[in-house]
Amino acid sequence: MTDTSLDSAAIRRQRVRAGLSRRHLGERLFRFFGILAICLALGFVALLFTDVLRKGIPAFTQSNIRLEVAFDPELLKVDPAPERAPGQSDADFRAARLGWERQVAMLNWNNVVEAALRNAAPAGFEIDSRQLLTITESDARHRVRELFVANPALLGQTAQVDLLASANTDNWVKGNINRDLGDSQQQLSAPARALIDIFEENGTITQGFAWSLFTNVDSRSAPASAGLLGALMGTFWMMLIVIILAVPLGVGSAIYLEEFAPKSRLTDLIEVNINNLAAVPSIVFGLLGAAVFINWFRLPLSAPLAGGLVLTLMTLPTIIIATRAALKGVSPALRQAALGMGASKTQMVFHHVLPVTFPSILTATIIGVAQAMGETAPLLLIGMNAFVASVPGTPIEQATALPVQIYLWQGNENRNFFEPRTSAAIMVLLAFMITLNAIAIFLRSRLEKRA
Amino acid sequence: MDMLAGKVKMTDQTLSANLDPADMIDHPIRLTARDVTVHYGAKQALHGISIDIPDRAVTAFIGPSGCGKSTFLRCINRMNDTIEGARVGGRIELDGQDIYAPDLDVVELRARVGMVFQKPNPFPKSIYDNVAYGPRIHGLARNKADLDEIVISSLRKAGLFEEVKDRLNEPGTGLSGGQQQRLCIARAIAVGPEVILMDEPCSALDPIATAIIEELIDELRTNYTIVIVTHSMQQAARVSQKTAFFHLGNLIEQGDTEDIFTNPVNKQTQDYIMGRIG
Amino acid sequence: MNTFIIAGLLIVLLGLAYQMGWSKSRALATPNGLRVHSRGQYHGTLVSLWTLIPAVLVLAVWAFFSPGVTHWYIVSQIPTDVLTSLDQVGLNQQMQRIRDLASGFGVTGELRPFEQAAGENLARFQLLSFLIMVAAAAGLGILGLLFARRRINARLRARNEVERFISWALIACSAVAILTTLGIVASLVTEAFRFFTYVNPLDFFFGTVWAPRFSSTGAGDAGQYGLLPLLAGTLMISAIAMLVAVPVGLMAAIYLNQYAHANVRRVVKPIIEVLAGIPTIVYGFFALVTVGPFLRDFGTAVGLNISATSALTAGLVMGVMIIPFISSLSDDILNQVPRTLRDGAYGLGATQSETIRNVLLPAALPGIVGAFLLAVSRAIGETMIVVLAAGNAPILRGNPLEPVSTITVSIVNQLTGDTDFTGPQSLVAFALGLTLFIMTLCLNIVALYIVRRFREQYE
Repeated sequence: MTDTSLDSAAIRRQRVRAGLSRRHLGERLFRFFGILAICLALGFVALLFTDVLRKGIPAFTQSNIRLEVAFDPELLKVDPAPERAPGQSDADFRAARLGWERQVAMLNWNNVVEAALRNAAPAGFEIDSRQLLTITESDARHRVRELFVANPALLGQTAQVDLLASANTDNWVKGNINRDLGDSQQQLSAPARALIDIFEENGTITQGFAWSLFTNVDSRSAPASAGLLGALMGTFWMMLIVIILAVPLGVGSAIYLEEFAPKSRLTDLIEVNINNLAAVPSIVFGLLGAAVFINWFRLPLSAPLAGGLVLTLMTLPTIIIATRAALKGVSPALRQAALGMGASKTQMVFHHVLPVTFPSILTATIIGVAQAMGETAPLLLIGMNAFVASVPGTPIEQATALPVQIYLWQGNENRNFFEPRTSAAIMVLLAFMITLNAIAIFLRSRLEKRA
Repeated sequence: MDMLAGKVKMTDQTLSANLDPADMIDHPIRLTARDVTVHYGAKQALHGISIDIPDRAVTAFIGPSGCGKSTFLRCINRMNDTIEGARVGGRIELDGQDIYAPDLDVVELRARVGMVFQKPNPFPKSIYDNVAYGPRIHGLARNKADLDEIVISSLRKAGLFEEVKDRLNEPGTGLSGGQQQRLCIARAIAVGPEVILMDEPCSALDPIATAIIEELIDELRTNYTIVIVTHSMQQAARVSQKTAFFHLGNLIEQGDTEDIFTNPVNKQTQDYIMGRIG
Repeated sequence: MNTFIIAGLLIVLLGLAYQMGWSKSRALATPNGLRVHSRGQYHGTLVSLWTLIPAVLVLAVWAFFSPGVTHWYIVSQIPTDVLTSLDQVGLNQQMQRIRDLASGFGVTGELRPFEQAAGENLARFQLLSFLIMVAAAAGLGILGLLFARRRINARLRARNEVERFISWALIACSAVAILTTLGIVASLVTEAFRFFTYVNPLDFFFGTVWAPRFSSTGAGDAGQYGLLPLLAGTLMISAIAMLVAVPVGLMAAIYLNQYAHANVRRVVKPIIEVLAGIPTIVYGFFALVTVGPFLRDFGTAVGLNISATSALTAGLVMGVMIIPFISSLSDDILNQVPRTLRDGAYGLGATQSETIRNVLLPAALPGIVGAFLLAVSRAIGETMIVVLAAGNAPILRGNPLEPVSTITVSIVNQLTGDTDFTGPQSLVAFALGLTLFIMTLCLNIVALYIVRRFREQYE
């Protein structure tokens, strides 16, 4: 037998050595690329979050204007509010009341706001009334009117009222718009800008927490008062539907497929089908919702009911797959122990297997719900991108959802104001998702420790 | 004592078949280990192992499972480096050179100390590429003809060439278990190592394949220093000249195979050989 | 109000049924020392099921028919001459007035004589029908209860019957997933078929111009519906995304799986996976307001003309989105390669990177290819990023620095809020959806098959 290439051990070692530095360089290079990839990925995460935070945090404060509003009877020529007469029916009283409110609404409340603004401005400050009113948000007159409707006794009195500064005022105060731009490119006229600066100096305009973000619904005419309340409620209804429907359906079908279904080509097909369903683009579920729920079943358009159903179908495969994986992970010993004690298969599953898998199922459910919460595309197709300025009290009323609200706001023309506002909405959405995931992680570790 | 006598007689017969007096000559020492300890995390797996391993002979490590024999084997070519949390202490020298020295290149070491594993683990490549892999990465072959020659001679040495010469380009995973293990031996030989470590090479094989591998080991010892871990005392008796008995991370006894099997000094060794410790 | 009454009634009935079944079972067992086949709670459950199901069926029927019946009743209360004088809106108002009268809310304005009577009749009718419904539900429920209770004896296999019910309920649950698929296929195919009655499929699949017209008249030219510009945009963006995601994701997975210390892995892995949990609308916004302008400015600095919204912008950000997808799938697959293979290479003296490149990756290749295909299918179906950042320019061109449009963008554009699927303008969304569905389905099936085969190989 000839020795390998007749080389002696010494020659072989020499050859190995000769290649070593090149090979170690390759090793270092490879490792460097690995670290680079990690850094890139972490960098993206950091960039994304700092970008959203940097843009969004300023939007959590907002410019408010504190005015002494005089409910001057000269400006407000209105009857006293109707009192309920004995024996008057609900309908009659409401009609009388509505008539009065209509009368109140017909008054020019802008005059009241304007008077209050002029009163706050330095004596002799020259500004025309249209320009003056651009300082407060356009819904200021409604706010003042609502105050009056709630308390008609204010007539002839003066009250201190906090009003929202308009979006453009807010931009100017925060420097979201370049202050050096010429008059033609500014949203506010020169006197208005000057007055704002004066107001800021004398404390009429202050920065406060932007409660409007959480207590108001969306608004187009009064951007500064646009809030997320409607979207939050819409999302709440949808998530409620998803939880109520997707969890029992998903867990039930996982139990059937994993524990009861005979192993046949049919169950194979179902398995392939579910795996595929999990990878179907979300927008296809939107098409399904538009065709089936809206067009065939005639469910109300833009309602959380249809949205919730679509998201349920989308979340279902995630929950089924996770639950099946959890069930698969239960040791055969436990099953055999239960069956060996004379438990029926159903008893084995519901008394022994399911409790063990509970933490995993819970985690999967929460993560599935969090995913559904951030989904946008399918909702656009069932009309949830409609502008809705009311809080949905039931799941069949018109509504929008948090991610859709983000989509709507990012498209608003007043970019200077809505870019931060959108980032703030994104922060709210991410906060919800992070909370959900944190809860999932916390519950899993707690439950697993106990089990 | 009767039982012991019977057992000794049995092993005596197995031994005599493979032993010729030439093997009894003391070989020069190739590897020395002094006070080798291994920790996996907080758990200590080896407690101060010291042993000398002779050149061109087969040294067998025996002992019940979990006794640390494989762990120690993996110290010899620093395979424990690849396990997260493993720490090796003490000193192991190959030809007088400390293999845990900071300036020692582990790649070079492993080129000199080859290894065959418990489960046949051919790469998902062709038979040819499996054997050629080592020489390729180490740059041992100057050209294609060189490489062909290395591959063929390695397969020959592993006693596999005749069986696979017509299908060198088929995947190595398609071979039978015994053939796969011989392929792995050929793969190790192709690098031209000086020491070959074998970690229970026959545990996944049937008796016939085992016999073929054992025969192969016996042939290889004329050119290589071989260290074999085995759970089978009979195998140790059949193939090795030196034997070391491990128990619970300690090296209990070492010596010529014949001595260990016929005349163990230590009580624990006796018990193991008698089958009292599993 | 009514809902609460009904729910309360049901719960009481249910508790009663359970209790009766259980106590009868107990009575059976205690005195005679008989061996009863099933335990008390199964008898109880069986009786409650027999009670609940008929009652719920009655309620469901009532809920389905009552609005129609009430509508018919109110109409019947309106004199014919009044009825003929009303249009649809007037009729609705008239009906609302009667309803308000019946509920005691009252109406404004002059009360017409028939309204008063109709209101009272309606109130009576509603009360009566509600009582009948409750009585029917309760009666049927009680009948079921009595029947089930009579069946209870020592040999009744109550447990088996309850379990059979459970397993049917579970089968019904699994049917939902299949129905979903069927629903997707049925709705896409039927609506796409309707689209193809307007537009020749050949013009759709091989057309190079995408120019749908929204003609309010509905007549005349409907525009051109060529798929190719959208397909090209989709593929271009997906390719850019994969160019970003594959190297970064794969190398990150390799590093974390093979090199990184356990502590590093424990921290870094979840952080990278955070990227997977971020809603795509957030990525879209990020691409639109940050990445796009940055690329445009960068392009200006190096003398390239890069649009703020372009295939490049959308592709880059989509790539970031897909990184965790690729890295966690690859990580899974690398974990599945048996350790012995790695040891084999190390034992021969291969360096770590040589082991990874020559042994680990070839062994894991099928699985990783499967992961890539899944990622491609993800990229193709992704919507919000491209809606915001791709620029919506459905023009067939090859320059990734310019705006493009994709299949998903066009679906959103054509169907947003539109539900009267009458013209090709909205129906085309379903043809596009069908195309998208088939593309992703093929990718998914192939990918899942490869991954599955790969897993079996090392099991």
